[in-house]
Parts: sequence; C-alpha cells; structure tokens
Amino acid sequence: MKRNTLARHVREGIKNIGRNGWMSFAAISAVTIMLFVVGVFALVILNMNNLVSAVEDDVEIRAFLESDTDAEEQEEVMQDIAAANAVENVSYLDRDEGLDQFIDSLGSEGAVYESIRDENPLNDALVIEASTPEHTEALATAVNDYTAIETVEYGESILTQLFTVTNYLRVIGAALIIGLLFSSIFLISNTIKLTIISRKDEIEIMKLVGAKNSFVRFPFFIEGLLLGVIGALIPVASLMIGYFYLYRFLDVQIPFITMVEPFPLVWQLALILLGISIVVGVWGSQMSVRKFLKV
Amino acid sequence: MIEMKKVGKTYPNGVQALKDINIHIDKEEFVYVVGPSGAGKTSIIKLIIREVVPTEGTIHVNGTNLGDLTKKQIPYLRRKIGVVFQDFKLFPKLSVFENIAFALEVTEEPPDRIKPRVMEVLDLVKLKNKTRHKPRELSGGEQQRVAMARAVVNRPAILIADEPTGNLDPETAWSIMGTLEDINHRGTTVVMATHNSHIVNHLKKRVIAIDDGNVLRDEWRGAYSYEA
Ligand SMILES: Nc1ncnc2c1ncn2[C@@H]1O[C@H](COP(=O)(O)OP(=O)(O)OP(=O)(O)O)[C@@H](O)[C@H]1O
Ligand SMILES: [Mg+2]
Repeated sequence: MKRNTLARHVREGIKNIGRNGWMSFAAISAVTIMLFVVGVFALVILNMNNLVSAVEDDVEIRAFLESDTDAEEQEEVMQDIAAANAVENVSYLDRDEGLDQFIDSLGSEGAVYESIRDENPLNDALVIEASTPEHTEALATAVNDYTAIETVEYGESILTQLFTVTNYLRVIGAALIIGLLFSSIFLISNTIKLTIISRKDEIEIMKLVGAKNSFVRFPFFIEGLLLGVIGALIPVASLMIGYFYLYRFLDVQIPFITMVEPFPLVWQLALILLGISIVVGVWGSQMSVRKFLKV
Repeated sequence: MIEMKKVGKTYPNGVQALKDINIHIDKEEFVYVVGPSGAGKTSIIKLIIREVVPTEGTIHVNGTNLGDLTKKQIPYLRRKIGVVFQDFKLFPKLSVFENIAFALEVTEEPPDRIKPRVMEVLDLVKLKNKTRHKPRELSGGEQQRVAMARAVVNRPAILIADEPTGNLDPETAWSIMGTLEDINHRGTTVVMATHNSHIVNHLKKRVIAIDDGNVLRDEWRGAYSYEA
C-alpha cells in the first residue's frame, strides 16, 4: 500500500467517527462503561485475595515459654520443634521484643501501654510458622504438649473458616472476572457491529465503484482501534488515579487493611484494559465489515 | 468491448429477469438500451459490472470472460467501467467533492492529482458551486449529475448510464447528452439505458430494445419503441 493511501485511510477512519457521531458515541460509551466495571471488579478481587493471603501468611503460633525455663531447656525445645515436618520456621522472641511488637501493632493507641513496660506481663515466646497454613491447628496442639510451654496462641477457629471462605472467594472472583470480561467483549463488539451495519449500503457502493476489500477495511480498522482507545481513556485514567488515592487514604486511615501497592499494578491494569478494548474494537469492526464485502 | 451470449438471469427469489440476451457492443460505440419498466435494463448493467452473476450464458467485457474473473480482479474490472446508477448510489455522508474523489482514491491516484481532476469533472456537469454540499442538500437532477461526474472521473473505457436523464428538465437533459457524446467522441464506449423517447428519436444512435428479458430489436440509428 502506498504511503498516501495509508494516510488517507487513517484520515478516513478518524473522520468516520465524526460522521457517525451518535453511533460512535454509543460504542465509546459501551467501551467506557464495561472497562470501568471490569477494572473495578479486577481491583476489588485482587485486593481481596491479597488481604486474604496476608492474613494466611500472618497465621503464626506463639508458644509462650514457662517463666522458669532456662536457656538450655529453651534451646532444646526450639531445636525439637524446628525438626518437625510441618514446621517452616521457628524463631525466638524475648518478652521485651514481644511487648514492643504488641505496642507497635496498636499504632497510635499503643502509647498507653508504654507505662507498663516495667511490669511486662508477657513471657518469652517461640514464634512458629507452619509449612502450610492448614497445618497450624494440629501443630499448635502438639507444641502445647511440651512441658516447657505454658500456653499457645493462634487464630484458632477463625482459621478453619477463613480457609474455606478464601478458597470460595478465589473461585468466585475468577469466575466473575471471566464472565464479566466475556460479556463486555460481546457487548462492545456488538455495539461496534451496529455502527457498521448501519453503513452496509455505503460499503456496497464502495465496492461497486471499484474499491478493493482491503481499501474498504482499512479505515474501519483505524476506526475500531480509535473507538477502543478513546473508550478506554476515561476508565483507565479514573481507575489509576482513584486507586492511587484510595491506597494513600487507607494506608494512613486504616493501616491494618493493606492494599496491593499501586505501582506497578495500575500500569499493568491500564495496559490490560487498553489492550482488551483495542483488540475488541478492531476485531468487532473487522468481523462486521467482512459480511458486507461480498458484493 | 461488451459481449453477452445466451445470457439468462434468474434472481434467487425466482424472478426470471433476463431470458436469452445476445448483445455485441464494439469499442467506441454509443448504444441506447430501451424497454419498459421491469424489462431487464438494470439487470444487464449489474451483470456487466459483475454485481450479479448470470445463471446462464457468458459475458465478455474488455476481452475478459467475467466467468473466469477471480474475486481480486473484480475491482479492476469495475474501475474500467464508469456507472451512473439509476438510484445514484452516492455516499450520503460525504460531500459532492468527496463522493467524486472516492472513485479516484480507490485507484490510489496521487492526492495532488485528485483535486484538479475532480474540479474538472464538476465543471463538466456544472456543479462547481456545490462541492461542499451533501447529497441530501441537492436536487434529484443535481445528484444525478454528481453520479455522472463520479462515473467519468476515472476516464473509464466504458461508461454505463442507467436513466441518466430521468430527473432532469429537457434543457439539462440535453446538456447531459452533450457531455455523453463528448465522452464518446474521446473514445469511451457509452451504454445508456433510458425511457426518454424524445432523446432517442432525435439523437439517433444504435437502439437495443428489450422486453421481458429478451432482445426485441437491435437497430443502427433506431427509434424509441419496444414493440416487435
Ligand atoms: N435483486 C433482485 N431480486 C429479485 N428480482 C429482481 C432484482 N432486481 C430486479 N429484479 C426483477 O427483475 C426484473 C427486471 O428488473 P430491472 O431492474 O432489470 O428492470 P429495468 O428494465 O431496469 O426497469 P426500470 O426501467 O423500471 O428501471 C424485474 O421484474 C424486477 O422485479
Ligand atoms: Mg432500471
């Protein structure tokens, strides 16, 4: 194809969006709305998963040692536990550090407890991570049997519930996203089809005055591409900015809800959404033109 | 230039529009095709530009057997034939200028040569003052002249005009006829389907009269009539 012709096709593609104003508007709106919904869902589900895995990872057993155990005994118990299959990692946490962590975890309200530093109620502890979160409960029971261990603490019954819930959540989330994605692809390409079906006669005239198929198709290719890009602008930009500010807001206001870091996530999301809408735009336009090229 | 042998056309709905058409038109001829409404005139034109395919017989245009034409070759055939369609077939959303320029754009003519050529044919059909108008902003006769301009802009070897004077006052009609003769004298084969007996009887040319899908008469300098 000659350079001039290519330039002509691009120009035509752009002009056609204006010439078919309302149809283009409908197609762009469809892209905008669907991408927005898909994007919001993707972010929500991603963050829910993230939160859940953070909680899962957080599940650790704190085994408080009897206050009268000496260093040698402690070392022995620790070695013994570390050797077990179900154990990923064991570390020693002395009572002062334990208190520090406790105070830290309360954030600004922790200051109140600074005054009790001298009469620390905690004992030294072993922090045990199970190799898989599901093993936590059995492991805790076993650890509790050591005479050197006074008490064992972990998330207990919430845990079992959490595992079932998170597994459901993951499946439902994935299904939802896939379903949503397919219905938006269907909707967008259908709207684009409508803008082209309304131009059936024009396509036939083009062919009757001697246009090759590629000559007819190319401007539609550009048009589909542009509809995709324009339609993606608003949802992509607003999701990126919105997510960034929501992250910053929650980070300060509700520190224990940890969202997925906005970078590079928002860029990845932007690329994926833009990619989807361009592919669907081009694909939708080319599939519909094809039908009318038979003349 | 155009040759039809034993051509028949039955449309998918069962209407037998053409039965047994045998026509031979030479290079640089000027031919009227006359016949009552529904006789099959437009169907003949559609066959020549391969808009439809015959159900029987063979058609040669410009030395090519249309039956052997591949899909890719069809656009090149159509570029050699300028057609003024009975229903004009203008692009509703394009201006007069853009409508005509389109026929040049498809041939990948350099852009700097498109504008002067379009202005030239607009001058020919006396529409230089309406270049920016959309078809719906034009009268029927003006639209017809745009269609005419688009048909000739490519300097086609064959010009086919389906009722090119149908919507015109006698004066404009005769001016269009002048244009057609001009184009014909410059070496273009002209085929004109018409109901206009006045023109046919006064500007004497070869007349092919068809009725009910058959050629009734084919006369050199004939008169307008389709009775046997
Ligand atoms: N696409 C089509 N499908 C079915 N039948 C058709 C089609 N086009 C034309 N016909 C039929 O074929 C016959 C010939 O039609 P055609 O258009 O060739 O007539 P015509 O001579 O051009 O008439 P007019 O002077 O009114 O333009 C008519 O009976 C018409 O109904
Ligand atoms: Mg007709």
